[in-house]
Amino acid sequence: MAPPPLPFASLRTARAAIATGEASSAEVTQACLGRIAALDPDLGAFLTVDTEGAMSAAAAVDAARAAGKALGPLAGVPLALKDNLSTRGLRTTCGSRMLEAYVPGFDATVVSRLRRAGAVILGKVNLDEFAMGSSTENSAFHPTRNPWDPTRSPGGSSGGSAAAVAARLCFGSLGSDTGGSIRQPAAFCGVVGLKPTYGRVSRFGLVAFASSLDQVGPLSFDVRDAAVLFGAIAGHDPADATSALSDVPLDLGQLPEGGRLRGVRIGWPREYLPADGLEPAVAAAVRRALDTLGALGAEVVPVSLPHAEHAIATYYVIATAEASSNLARFDGVRFGHRAAEAATLDALYSRSRAEGFGLEVARRILLGTFALSAGYHDAFYAKANQVRALIRADFESAFGEVDILVTPTSPTTAFALGERTSDPVRMYLADVFTTACNLAGLPGLSLPCGFDDAGLPIGLQMMARPFAEAELLRVAAAFEDAAGVVGRRPPAAAEARP
Amino acid sequence: MSLTWEAVIGLEVHCQLLVPQKLFCGCPTTFGGVPNARTCPVCLGLPGALPVLSREAVACALRVGAALECVTRATSIFARKHYFYPDLPKGYQITQYEAPLLEFGGLDIDTATGVRRIGIRRIHMEEDAGKSIHTDAGTLVDLNRAGVPLVEIVSDPDLRSADEAVAYLKALHEIVRFIGVCDGNMEEGSFRCDANVSIRPAGSPVLGTRTELKNLNTFKGVHRAIEYEIARHAHVLEEGGAVVQETRLWDDAAGRTRAMRGKEDAHDYRYFPEPDLPPLRVDADEIAAARASLPPLPAEIRRRYVEELGLTAYDAGVLTSEPALVRWYETALTHHRNAKGLCNWLTTELLGRVAVGELETCPVTPAGLAELVALIDDGTISGKIAKTVFDGMFESGESPGTLVETRGLRQVTDTAAIEAAVREVLEANPTQLAQFRAGKVTVRGFFVGQIMRRTGGTLNPARVNEVLDRLLAPTDNRPDES
Ligand SMILES: [Zn+2]
Repeated sequence: MAPPPLPFASLRTARAAIATGEASSAEVTQACLGRIAALDPDLGAFLTVDTEGAMSAAAAVDAARAAGKALGPLAGVPLALKDNLSTRGLRTTCGSRMLEAYVPGFDATVVSRLRRAGAVILGKVNLDEFAMGSSTENSAFHPTRNPWDPTRSPGGSSGGSAAAVAARLCFGSLGSDTGGSIRQPAAFCGVVGLKPTYGRVSRFGLVAFASSLDQVGPLSFDVRDAAVLFGAIAGHDPADATSALSDVPLDLGQLPEGGRLRGVRIGWPREYLPADGLEPAVAAAVRRALDTLGALGAEVVPVSLPHAEHAIATYYVIATAEASSNLARFDGVRFGHRAAEAATLDALYSRSRAEGFGLEVARRILLGTFALSAGYHDAFYAKANQVRALIRADFESAFGEVDILVTPTSPTTAFALGERTSDPVRMYLADVFTTACNLAGLPGLSLPCGFDDAGLPIGLQMMARPFAEAELLRVAAAFEDAAGVVGRRPPAAAEARP
Repeated sequence: MSLTWEAVIGLEVHCQLLVPQKLFCGCPTTFGGVPNARTCPVCLGLPGALPVLSREAVACALRVGAALECVTRATSIFARKHYFYPDLPKGYQITQYEAPLLEFGGLDIDTATGVRRIGIRRIHMEEDAGKSIHTDAGTLVDLNRAGVPLVEIVSDPDLRSADEAVAYLKALHEIVRFIGVCDGNMEEGSFRCDANVSIRPAGSPVLGTRTELKNLNTFKGVHRAIEYEIARHAHVLEEGGAVVQETRLWDDAAGRTRAMRGKEDAHDYRYFPEPDLPPLRVDADEIAAARASLPPLPAEIRRRYVEELGLTAYDAGVLTSEPALVRWYETALTHHRNAKGLCNWLTTELLGRVAVGELETCPVTPAGLAELVALIDDGTISGKIAKTVFDGMFESGESPGTLVETRGLRQVTDTAAIEAAVREVLEANPTQLAQFRAGKVTVRGFFVGQIMRRTGGTLNPARVNEVLDRLLAPTDNRPDES
């Protein structure tokens, strides 16, 4: 079955067409559902498609428009949600057997904000189990394939969110990013991914992986769409005590076309260019990107992040420690998988957890439990927090000199499915450029900056000061306009060009 | 030979805070109810739910700290304490570990050797767990209690005997109830105590190996368990053995402690700072407000009652046994300052009829009782008539002044009227009068009784005695003096 084309090139144009009545939300939603039906059996981006819920949300928007009611900023636009965001009445699996049948009774704050903005939720997309992984191969259900090359990984853990956007199955999606889980799959799939400042977006209803690092953010076709989605989900939430009170800039979608970057200072960390394992094509693309930024009028200078080399080790101690704690609630007592006929309480716990969790999740729970254990706590968890403070200080000092930091998002382009599953440490190195941003709580964005010889997209990471998403998006949009990379579609979505 | 042993005891007390909502969600804290009805995603530990700290609970904890003269940390940290149990929904309890809210306080207790100050090492905030109900059909879990705010009050190991431990516990119990932060109900578990006990040769500066006692549900249980444990330690050591560091459960029925888990089975709680909650910051205004909101504490009130109002230590103790009683008594005192009289009428007459909890709704009000005592004090009625008036107040709720007037109970002090009544009785009972004159002086009591009965007890008893003595005197025909 040939997939129907996606009728609009961006979330913004779709939203505008629905608002004017040029297109109905029902038509647009139907097109997305048609593309999912045609393409997703091979792609594997979705875990749950909510046809009924999506069509009724679309009908509600169309009815509201017909009645002349005011429409929200995302009215009628079909989106996909990473399956670790709680959705009321819609199964939320976290890519785990543990939650295969779990249906939340409440919406995550970001989900209720999307609904209030009028968005149509198509369904829930794949991820590494509990967001732990960099390839989406740790999903308990099936891997997701990269729309640019089905033998390759879409990255992870928000691989389903990135693949669904890249294949034009939806107009945007939400992912979560603990150490690069939005940015790295965005890079692998040639889309834009934004990890907001820690505290900028509510975590209420996001099933926690590592609470001090997790942030929810958008994946989109382009930077301006990311800005619209970010504007819809950001802002203080009294239900999340770590949610920041600072205001969200308005009109993020109104970024100037062909903007210049005079007066903007851009730093590139010496420690990252070159770096071990950095593919030459990626290094070359990033250097070209720096030239482009310079040509736009920005001042491009090298900076130093002396503790950057410790970011991965620090990240894996803190993230696994918090994960071991956050996942303690999955005990088979109140919800989730429960082992059949366990004779004792200990057997109930150990069997439910052994059966419910996959290998990588079990590995991280064990690592984190060890890192917090009496006798090892100081050497691992406490030390990692000291290094975290140094990494944060590195960024503070760098941001004393520059406004935006630019790095590769990932040292490589999309790797082959199965290539790294037996070598977890090599898999962890996929996050080498992204974890520091989470450790420091900074906003980070990945956008396409070129392609390698195999035609795979290369991601450019930009980071800014805390709560400076507006500036980050402005610089990214200027680069996007100048680089001319964004228009390219993966083979799976090539026919979707309007 | 037998050494003299000295016991070293520290208590850990958990108090449920009297606040309407749970520590990290909006669910009500009311005891009991349909199991699991008072729950929400947060206190059920559902995936994605996040805790938000109740500032009302913090204010309540600050009051405990103020009453126990603690130092308040401007920034304290919540931590996760991990263990698996079905009634612990998240697999960890949110508590405070390295940086508790309150530290370095103290509490004075009365001991055999005088008043002693017991150090309070720390007071931290934490959430309660749910309840496991073990039945034949399996274990049921009720999470209504999960997330109820607690403070854990940890004493220094300053207590030296079971008596001192109970004195400390009672003083603490009295304070938390008095300042209204805890209902102190030990059966419902809103006031719970664990004891750490060790012994050492008297005079030794070195601490012995301690055991931790749990399941101490009554003051008596605390006393018996500690006594038992001190004797057990002494026995073990005198036999040449070594005390094992372990947690022991007090079996009240059997009157002994049993090993629950040893040091090697001790949980590794893997504490780390709770990443879902920012550090708790408390400013000077909040600390000052907590201090200002405290009522005078019972020990201070008792001292004042004895030194300034002249009450006995016993009466002062009765009056300060309940905050409601103090409030009632002090209100009465504002109407009439006869401290002793009010105390007697309140503690013997009124509390003989109603419980402390019923005082607020009782027809006898503080102002009413004060008026009654004032009527006695100014001679309007006698103490005996006052009992009749009191009965009337209790039954009708009317003021004593009204009752005295409407029922004609005003005391007669007019000597002529009294003399007339006395003469009447003497004349009506010539036989008894003759007996008296013959030397049978006990008959005098008969005359008093007759006089009071005929006049309904309204005559001033002192005047009656005066007149009676005069009329019965051998020089019978003395002229009237008044
Ligand atoms: Zn609750």
